[in-house]
Amino acid sequence: MVACGAGEEREEAPAEGSTVGVTDDSVTIGAHFPLTGVAAPGYSEIPSGHQAYYDFVNANGGVHGRQIEFIVRDDAYNPTNTSQVTNELVLSDEIFAMVAGLGTATHSAVVDFLNGEEVPDLFVSSGSLQWGDAPADRPYTFGWQTDYESEGKIIGQWVAENMPDAKVGLFLQDDDFGRDGEKGARQFIEDQIVEVQRYQSGNTDVAPQIAALQAAGADVILGFNVPSYTALSQLTALRLNYKPTWFYSNVGSDPALVGSLLARFSEGAVTDGSRLLDGVLTTEYIPGVDAPDNPWMKLWQRVWDEHGGEGELTNYRVYGMSQAYTFVQALQAAGQDLTREGIVAAIEEHGGGFEGPALAPFRFSADSHMGISGMQVVRLQGGVGEELTPVLVTDIGDAPIEEDDSAAEDAPPDSGIPDQPAG
Amino acid sequence: MDRLLGRSTLRRHLTLAVLGMLVVVVVLESTGPFRNAQFASMAYYGIAGAGLTILIGLNGQISLGHGAFMAIGAYTAALMLQGGDPLPLPVILLAAALVTLVAGAVVGVAAARLHGPYLAGATLALAVAVPGIPVYFSGTLGGEQGLNVRVPDIPPWFADAVFFVTGQDMSRSRYLGYLGWFCLVVTFVLLANLARGRVGRTWRAVRDNEVAAELAGIDLGRARVLAFVVSATCAGLAGGLLALSARIAAPSGFTLTLSLLLLSAIVLGGLGTLTGALIGAAMLTFVPQLVTGLGQDLGLTDVRAAELAPLTYGLVTMLVVLFAPAGIVGGIRAAAARRRAVKTSGTSKEARKDEAMDEIRGVTGDRHPGGGVRRG
Repeated sequence: MVACGAGEEREEAPAEGSTVGVTDDSVTIGAHFPLTGVAAPGYSEIPSGHQAYYDFVNANGGVHGRQIEFIVRDDAYNPTNTSQVTNELVLSDEIFAMVAGLGTATHSAVVDFLNGEEVPDLFVSSGSLQWGDAPADRPYTFGWQTDYESEGKIIGQWVAENMPDAKVGLFLQDDDFGRDGEKGARQFIEDQIVEVQRYQSGNTDVAPQIAALQAAGADVILGFNVPSYTALSQLTALRLNYKPTWFYSNVGSDPALVGSLLARFSEGAVTDGSRLLDGVLTTEYIPGVDAPDNPWMKLWQRVWDEHGGEGELTNYRVYGMSQAYTFVQALQAAGQDLTREGIVAAIEEHGGGFEGPALAPFRFSADSHMGISGMQVVRLQGGVGEELTPVLVTDIGDAPIEEDDSAAEDAPPDSGIPDQPAG
Repeated sequence: MDRLLGRSTLRRHLTLAVLGMLVVVVVLESTGPFRNAQFASMAYYGIAGAGLTILIGLNGQISLGHGAFMAIGAYTAALMLQGGDPLPLPVILLAAALVTLVAGAVVGVAAARLHGPYLAGATLALAVAVPGIPVYFSGTLGGEQGLNVRVPDIPPWFADAVFFVTGQDMSRSRYLGYLGWFCLVVTFVLLANLARGRVGRTWRAVRDNEVAAELAGIDLGRARVLAFVVSATCAGLAGGLLALSARIAAPSGFTLTLSLLLLSAIVLGGLGTLTGALIGAAMLTFVPQLVTGLGQDLGLTDVRAAELAPLTYGLVTMLVVLFAPAGIVGGIRAAAARRRAVKTSGTSKEARKDEAMDEIRGVTGDRHPGGGVRRG
């Protein structure tokens, strides 16, 4: 076995930028989404938004002459499946980049693999901090939506300023989502919090939690929960005749979805579900279907009418299109000679200046891969959000919260396709 | 066949194992990294399926909770891989199997007292309850998000040895493929020996007729617990491999669906046979991806194509249960037996039928019904 030294002859990886998934006239990207299973309602619509916008861009000549090919694989919201389909996307489909893979648990199963394989992992569909707060460890991963901690801070400050005497109860999902949100909120309302209740995802009985909040005398409840638990907490509070002011984080407040869930969970007793949410406070970071006159919404409607599949334009599809818009900007910024390293560098260098539907600017830089930096507080009325604050911008940690309406003024170009100069 | 493989059971199984390992080397070396990763998945499904098929096919106990044992193995491996300088992988996989063995013994003692639907119910409860444990102890077990698993670096001696033989570089997915299939071959040899030997015969005796088995001096409880423990240990090993392949151990990976998929896979393949477990594992691994790809090629939308996979799987299960109630392996063996019977002239139709039935029983290892059972 002296000849074991044969190992020395093994090839080294080429030092130049990787162009896997890129040809002269196409670029192939992919993502994992729950298309079947419990998480599919709602979330499975996001990739159809992506696809519609890429079709729209492709019909107008693509980016730098390249057509965008988007491959979606179903992981049924199960991290084991996420690993398998990501293997398929990276090793078999040979995608250039993962764009908008969805879910905190699911995506954390593949984030280290993607970084190990040096595949750009752009604009993860989850507000967890881990996609952006350690770019040195995960240089290829970028967040997109406002992270839960920043959202918690903005919500906490608003409550401290506008309801200084309120007794606050927290209703939290028992994972990073709830924990990050709580951490942010506590910076401002530590001494106002009278009760903290957590629920386990999957356990549909939240009566003990709501009753404990009621017993503690909480008159404002901050909910960091998913839409089905918005519906469950509303129904439970109705049954307990408990009428606090509700403040749900963005994730849990889509009026259309919560309304339909309310009708289903109450077995028809609640017919106009979205009316039940009247007066509920929440946050927004991109314009949604409740604002049909917004120029971005007009663009999304046009794209959906021309290239969409079955069904109506929903907030989930708007979310997908908004992400797709950011990805097209990143492709443009990366220039004609597209490489994996190049697009990462382009987002770090120019991402902070991307003008898009987001109400607040991105935080992308070499030191941070966090996404949208802020949001505004709104009150739901008849399924429509009424603005209560200007756009509030902040960052994780003890960064201050500032008013910054600059990005909210961005309007889409007439062509509907961004015009980001190549860096 | 006998001349090639030898008459001794052990020698026969070892020869088959070596041949199997050679096939594994050829297949893994001639396929790309994605297929390698798929073969790694097939290996852990195969190991878990083999354990389950021994329990159900040979001992007649049903378990709807093997996904829970896989979770225990996966979390054991994941916890041991958390530190910066983990133990060697074989030690970790062995630990995953041993911890699950203990859990299997505890559950097995309870299960040995239960029968049929009661046992199904108890193991079902296990499948539902275990994923809740990491959520409750979210501090150490990572809660809903689970524990991330980093596959340790490939040992240089192994990479060099394989490079020496094949002249190919060792990728991580190929390494996991080798690891998984090595575990699978070892497990299969052990299980095959167990099933052919005295222990296997006592298990079958307990399955076929409890009273007769007890009269023959078999301790029913002990036989049942042992079968349960062996089966759970396999699931634990499979869970450890799953954590490595999936790079995560999270509650949502071990839902009831996993337990039921395992069960349906071994029913499809053929209850009680290791080959059947392997076929079932192949179906679990390859069918969803192939069918989804086919659906997309036919121009279906992504959502429709994704929905095609569970639909196809369900249809195949129904067809197999209708037309080959003994599973794919059982169906093939019965067909072969019938053909042989037709060739043999002078045998009556009844005799042919009997022979075919014998062959089907032979599938479940029942070549010598009632024979060879001694005092346990």
